[in-house]
Amino acid sequence: MENEKHHIVPYMTHIMVLLGLILLTVITVLITSVELGAYNTAAAMLIASLKGAVVLLYFMHLKFDHKIYWIMVSLVIAIFTAVIVVTFFDYLYR
Amino acid sequence: METVTHTHPADAHRDDTASKIGMWLFIFTEILLFGGLFIVYSVYRYMNPVAFHLAHEELSITMGFINTIILLVSSATVAISISAMQKNDRRTTMLMLVATLILAAVFLVNKYFEWGGKFEHGLYPGSDLMKSLSNGDMLFFSLYFFMTGLHGVHIIIGMVLLAITLAKVRSGRVNGGSYALLENSGLYWHLVDLIWIFLFPLFYLIH
Repeated sequence: MENEKHHIVPYMTHIMVLLGLILLTVITVLITSVELGAYNTAAAMLIASLKGAVVLLYFMHLKFDHKIYWIMVSLVIAIFTAVIVVTFFDYLYR
Repeated sequence: METVTHTHPADAHRDDTASKIGMWLFIFTEILLFGGLFIVYSVYRYMNPVAFHLAHEELSITMGFINTIILLVSSATVAISISAMQKNDRRTTMLMLVATLILAAVFLVNKYFEWGGKFEHGLYPGSDLMKSLSNGDMLFFSLYFFMTGLHGVHIIIGMVLLAITLAKVRSGRVNGGSYALLENSGLYWHLVDLIWIFLFPLFYLIH
């Protein structure tokens, strides 16, 4: 496509993103050895989601590409979240 | 005049945006495939919290951590290879793709030793030991083998895609003006990384 501008992400951005992801991985491992009760799982999932978002936005270019990709991905994540919520309401209240 | 109109017959119907949307749609089916498995895992873990906690201690956090780092670095090398291609730097692109393939191979070797260790102790799907386990333990290990196995298959597919891309970058068919294949293979590889980001805490880091 002639009219679509390509944003070239600098190498340095990729390296900084990588360092951030590694840092989050170290944090998630360390947090496992701290006693937080039910919040341990919540924290692990929160950090995983954060890492996932960074991969989607930077490595998968959602932040730089045409907005249509961002909208599509958000819809899929919303549908998936809805399925999880409905499933757990089912199991928690049966 | 005729020769001019037929200079690039292959480019006549090229639409990189459409090809990328197609790749994303395929990725959505993959997300829902693994998403379904994540829901199955969550429900069974909710129903067998103690068994899942005890069973997960059989897995090595160090091994899982190393493999997580390997995949994160390989994701960065793929991302850098795309930036390099956009700058028309073929050498860096190929170097980064080779690095990615090596990292992917190391990941699989680690997986081989990890699974091999379990197999040696008689722990594999359908083994006598597996059948003698309690319900919760059996569910944990069955899901572990199934989900990491399916993820491993995706690693192999990703390696094939990246190898094909590498060959085409080498021959010049993928270049600074036409690199949809590199972008799409890259998206697939990031998906493989994305799935592992969730597999790692769910199987290795149960508190």
